[in-house]
Amino acid sequence: MYPKSFQYFAPKSVKDAISLLNKLRGEAKVIAGGQSLVPMMKLRLATPAYLIDLNKIKGLEYIKAGRGVIQIGALTRHSTIEKSELIRERVPIMAEAASHIGDPQVRNLGTIGGALAHCDPAGDWGAVILALRGEIRVAGPRGQRTIKADNFFVDAFTPALKPNELITEIRIPTPPEGSGGAYLKMERRAGDFAIAGVAAQITISPDGTCKYAGIGLTALGPTSLRAKKAEEALVGRELTDEVIDEAAEAAAEDAKPFDDPLRGSAEFRRAMARVLTRRAVKQALSRARGG
Amino acid sequence: MPRKKRVDRRKPRAKAAPPTAQLAKINVKVNGVQYSAEVEPRMLLVHFIRDVLGLTGTHVGCDTGNCGACTVIMDGKSVKSCNIFAVQADGAEILTVEGLARDGELHPVQQAFWEHHGLQCGFCTPGMLMQAYWLLTQNPSPTEEDVRRGLSGNLCRCTGYQKIVEAVLAAAEQMRGQQQEVR
Repeated sequence: MYPKSFQYFAPKSVKDAISLLNKLRGEAKVIAGGQSLVPMMKLRLATPAYLIDLNKIKGLEYIKAGRGVIQIGALTRHSTIEKSELIRERVPIMAEAASHIGDPQVRNLGTIGGALAHCDPAGDWGAVILALRGEIRVAGPRGQRTIKADNFFVDAFTPALKPNELITEIRIPTPPEGSGGAYLKMERRAGDFAIAGVAAQITISPDGTCKYAGIGLTALGPTSLRAKKAEEALVGRELTDEVIDEAAEAAAEDAKPFDDPLRGSAEFRRAMARVLTRRAVKQALSRARGG
Repeated sequence: MPRKKRVDRRKPRAKAAPPTAQLAKINVKVNGVQYSAEVEPRMLLVHFIRDVLGLTGTHVGCDTGNCGACTVIMDGKSVKSCNIFAVQADGAEILTVEGLARDGELHPVQQAFWEHHGLQCGFCTPGMLMQAYWLLTQNPSPTEEDVRRGLSGNLCRCTGYQKIVEAVLAAAEQMRGQQQEVR
């Protein structure tokens, strides 16, 4: 299968990439890891006239710890996040989520910025970034701005990016002591998109109550979703099995699943939202307690 | 009186349609040999390797990024060569299945696939070999679970994977032994 012909650009800087994007607005597509875009182009689901490749831009592939924040360059590969010592130590849920994306070869090329910009409701990063209250830094012709994860996922395949903007960095507030997270994904077979996925991140106070709860849902709506009612069911309470059951029930209500001929009915997926939330919160709790 | 029809004499604006035959020059090192070629940007790396360089060991299986038959090593990482454009490989170093054997001697991974019957029809084998090779460079002492996870991006429709996993574990042992001998 050959994609439709296109003209190729490989700018060397973010500035050059944005000016190209600004000029070719609407007819250009940005390629990062390309692990979703190239198959879409081969199937001619995407037929951009121009392709702007970010891979020759230096300095967009990094993971570093800033003051109270973990900064991840947009071009950082899933496999780099999966293996990063810093990530495993500070935000292990991200390493866990990365290990569920596609397959090893896909993770070697696919990038976190590209995956977020693609904004696939079944993509794994969205739920995790929502659960962690992350922020997305974007650059455009008029400079940089920051988009909160809550405002980023507008609709299926529709991020809150203007046609001339690029993601440059993902920022994650460093979870404090007593935090734990888990990302659980149910899939038909290895490497497939999720039937349902749940990211749970919690922080426990010294008195044993839940200080922070972030629950993100994958493939359970038109976009990655934050399960706010489920979070509310947890915060300020001691996380007994009954409380966790209550949150799981709330997550099923927060979910907006739809019927999929391959990956199950809305009813089934809603039930899985409940099951996976219960399991993910329990696992996050045991990790927060040092388990 | 009928009004005179207004004729638009402006030249049609150049539509942003790209030229069909924009060619890009690329330099790629494959199995230690430097190649230089002009490619259409839409040419996939796997087609460049097979049709331009004539290295047909790398297979096209599914063409949608699922099966892993086209796996090659690019700049030290295993990638699916049907999921990347040849033009993106400009300046890269690539290893294909043809580059595994040295001086007529099979690589331990190839030898192990032979000895442990890690293939039946052989179509998935080049991709399996390359992914197994990469897996062992990352993790020289994998568990069975590590091998299965490591090969999860490669589909085999014949073997049921058991013999493939056995072959990779045997290759790992063989390679660890070789390293000790060198010491």
